[in-house]
Amino acid sequence: MASTQLSATRRRRATWVPYLPYLIPGVIAFVLVIGYPLVMNIYYSLFKWKGGLAPMRWYGLGNYADLMADEAFWTSFRNSISMVVAMVIVPALVGLMLAAVLFDYLGRRFGPKVASVLRATYYLPQILPVAVAGVVWNWILNAQDGAVNVILTNLGVADPPDWLGNPQLAMPSVMLVLIWVQIGYPVVIFMAALQRVDPELYEAAELDGAGWWARLRAITLPQIKPETFVVALTCTVAALKVFAPVYVLTRGGPEGTTLVPSYYSFLNFFDKSKVGYGAAIATVLTIVIIVVAGVILRFQGRAERREQEGR
Amino acid sequence: MSATTTARPAQKPASMPVTRVGARLHRGVGRWFVLALAAIFALLMLAPFVIMAMNAFKSAADYSQNGPLSLPTEIYTTGLVNFWTRTNFPVKLFNSILISGLVAVFGTLLSLVTAYAIGIGRIKGRVWIVAVFLIANMLPQEAIIYPLFTMANAVGLSNSQWSVIIIFTVIQSAFGIYLLSSVMGTFPVELLEAAALDGAGRFRILWSVVYPILRPTLGVLMVFFFIWTWNEFFIPLVMLTSNDTQTVPIALASLQGDRMMDAPTTNAGALVSLLPALVFFLIFQRTLTRGVTAGSVK
Repeated sequence: MASTQLSATRRRRATWVPYLPYLIPGVIAFVLVIGYPLVMNIYYSLFKWKGGLAPMRWYGLGNYADLMADEAFWTSFRNSISMVVAMVIVPALVGLMLAAVLFDYLGRRFGPKVASVLRATYYLPQILPVAVAGVVWNWILNAQDGAVNVILTNLGVADPPDWLGNPQLAMPSVMLVLIWVQIGYPVVIFMAALQRVDPELYEAAELDGAGWWARLRAITLPQIKPETFVVALTCTVAALKVFAPVYVLTRGGPEGTTLVPSYYSFLNFFDKSKVGYGAAIATVLTIVIIVVAGVILRFQGRAERREQEGR
Repeated sequence: MSATTTARPAQKPASMPVTRVGARLHRGVGRWFVLALAAIFALLMLAPFVIMAMNAFKSAADYSQNGPLSLPTEIYTTGLVNFWTRTNFPVKLFNSILISGLVAVFGTLLSLVTAYAIGIGRIKGRVWIVAVFLIANMLPQEAIIYPLFTMANAVGLSNSQWSVIIIFTVIQSAFGIYLLSSVMGTFPVELLEAAALDGAGRFRILWSVVYPILRPTLGVLMVFFFIWTWNEFFIPLVMLTSNDTQTVPIALASLQGDRMMDAPTTNAGALVSLLPALVFFLIFQRTLTRGVTAGSVK
């Protein structure tokens, strides 16, 4: 009886309609916690507002116009490029090399155990709270009694640099910390990707006399493209959103040299009480992230299509 | 971009002693050189942890006399006790566990139910719905924080762990819904039809057919949600403003720059703050690496 009912329903109306109730909690939760706040944030960005009970003064697109003339705003987005270098480009390249060496070379010569222990070590910084990592590094790089400068002094350097306090050095120091934090992620993903590649491809290439580099270029890179896109997308979005490391390492200083968009909007929201302005920065950052993600997804789609046509 | 949790093909045995290639692999000095390089790199990655551990148990006098690179002359727990009492650490630990634990459970549940409608119910327009969830996952938290802050005040959840629990349940489940929808999209239809023939309703099918089969994936999701929420910084920093509601990372960061925070206290604090995550990582290492791949492989 149940079966006749089921097939009858199926013929009469769309089968997906009875599943709608299962969507409702999720939709309500998302509208309340993400959709509505997002719209409200854009609404705030059209006002001059000190927050709380202070009066909201209509300002139109004035906040956005002010942003265009704000040197700090441009600096913060220029610094985002440094963040992309430190959180995407360097970790992806080094991560790929490490993954290839671990999987292809050390794994085969010393056994998978050695490779997985090394992988776990590289991944370790990924699991600790990034704020904790920042606090530790803040002390390691401390100008007076930080570990790095004590080593330098012991080596005879008379005047070791102030790593996080010198405008020229602060950004490279922050980048170094971020590379340290980030590197384990591509290693783990790329190692999993390499396990997916058919070993016969390598064996065939090896018999044909292809060297390690040739095999990497002709087999590995094309085969692990899906994972490369995942790393590029997730890390780029994370780099554009980065907040905690900057907060605990430098607070955007010295002289704004490590200011990033998220921290700049936080400053305006809760420090300078310029809520409308902070909301405008957050809105611009949102748009930038969606556009960049869209571009990466587009590239991915094109690459997938080309691959299918190639076959 | 779709994801599956199908186990990757079992790793080929590492050595192939029968073949000539295998025999060649186990000879040569070069391999020791490469191993040494990889090990040195691993040591560099570990160095901050080592330095931290070395200085966590020093007395302040020992530190100022011998600097950060010496081993402690004696094991002092002053720094640890100092941090423990100043931050009222048990309270922070409880808050972190409460928030991360509940988010892991609620987030996984919300992901499961919503993904059921999308992946198995095949709701019309599901591609767009998933796209919206994906975008929600990528949003900078700054773009929603001020309204959320205002809303929490309005409903009496200001400075409450519950506001953070609700927010992260939704944010984390954005990823969960994306992952589970594509996993359920490949769910064997025969199983669903067999259950329907036996007279099981949609709810019964979810709990007694879909849920048991997806349990490993849900486990991975829970571990992820727990660690991600544990490590979160921005939203707890803004929403939790008093000592009795704050989480572990916020407690550590807010003590920074405090004049009373000498180096041993900082390091002891960092050490106990990362221990829970480390223990969790060691327990779930296998699940985790499987999970990282789960999201990535097409």
